[in-house]
Amino acid sequence: MSTDVVTRLASVSDDGSKVAAAVALRADVFAMTQAAHDAALKPNDTGGFTHVERAALATRISKLNRCAELAEHYAALLATYDADEDTLAIADPAFDGDAWSRINAVLTFTDLVAANPKATQPDDVASLQAAGVSDADIVRLAELNAFLAYQIRLLAGLKLMRGAA
Amino acid sequence: MNAVIHDFTTEVPEWRPRVKPIDLAEATPEQHDALKVTPSNTKVSDYVLVLANDVETLKVRTPLFNAIMYNKGGLSRAEREIGATAASVVNRCVYCAAVHSSRYNQLAKDETLMQRIFADGEEADLDERASAIFKFATKLSKAPSEADADDMQRLRDIGMSEEEILDLILSTALFGWANRLMHVLGDPVAKAD
Repeated sequence: MSTDVVTRLASVSDDGSKVAAAVALRADVFAMTQAAHDAALKPNDTGGFTHVERAALATRISKLNRCAELAEHYAALLATYDADEDTLAIADPAFDGDAWSRINAVLTFTDLVAANPKATQPDDVASLQAAGVSDADIVRLAELNAFLAYQIRLLAGLKLMRGAA
Repeated sequence: MNAVIHDFTTEVPEWRPRVKPIDLAEATPEQHDALKVTPSNTKVSDYVLVLANDVETLKVRTPLFNAIMYNKGGLSRAEREIGATAASVVNRCVYCAAVHSSRYNQLAKDETLMQRIFADGEEADLDERASAIFKFATKLSKAPSEADADDMQRLRDIGMSEEEILDLILSTALFGWANRLMHVLGDPVAKAD
């Protein structure tokens, strides 16, 4: 029985199907994928992004990619925290924060990297720096986005393998 | 400052970070540990030193990357590079595209496939198998993903096993990740003389 989020959400159970057999052959990859999930969502050293903000950002990114299963997963994770209203709002792609605020810079960057990464420019990093986001936090934010992009596509692919898309 | 490269190429450029790499002299024990598990042990690249800013993710990412691209069995290493390159073309990561197209060329001993992909992008005229693989990887790389049941059926029609299809999904998805670091956090630049 797998405990990783992606195979659970793709309903790839240990049912003797060819898809389940292929997943079982790559058990190491799925275990490491789950470790990456934990490192991106619940790191010991959170830097400038709390676990709550990370869960809210992950919910937002999943919604931007129209991935209902992961949006639900991250919304459920978000609900386990004692989040204030401002942080909960991050999960809604329609919310973009007050102009020139730190959160506005973070959300503008996140939306671009999540949905249109080819359009990113040097200025996007410069805007975060100007909003007071440290270089280390810019890397943390990019990694959260980048991991989500991987996880969303892995789930989409598994669902297509199962014929459940 | 060396010029930023905007066109796809199989010649691997240098990478210039937009954020500060960590200073090795001031690295924490955890950062040293994570840097040790990277493939390069002679000189740590600026890219890896940038990623070391988020050491917990870097530590799990490196072995995951190696498993997806180099694990035994399943899809050939050359065809995993097609998945990686397709994602890099969609996301316009010139650096990743250069590394992985050139690796494909070495493994497959063929340069025409990547020439066609770089010239015509998603419309590239490829043989049936390469076309099914490239098209699926391209559509999976869109945000949101545009891959559908017909694309999956085409992979099965060309005789791919479930293991091969899973490896293609993994290598393509992995570059949705890598591109969002390499292309977002730095620029590909011409090599210094």
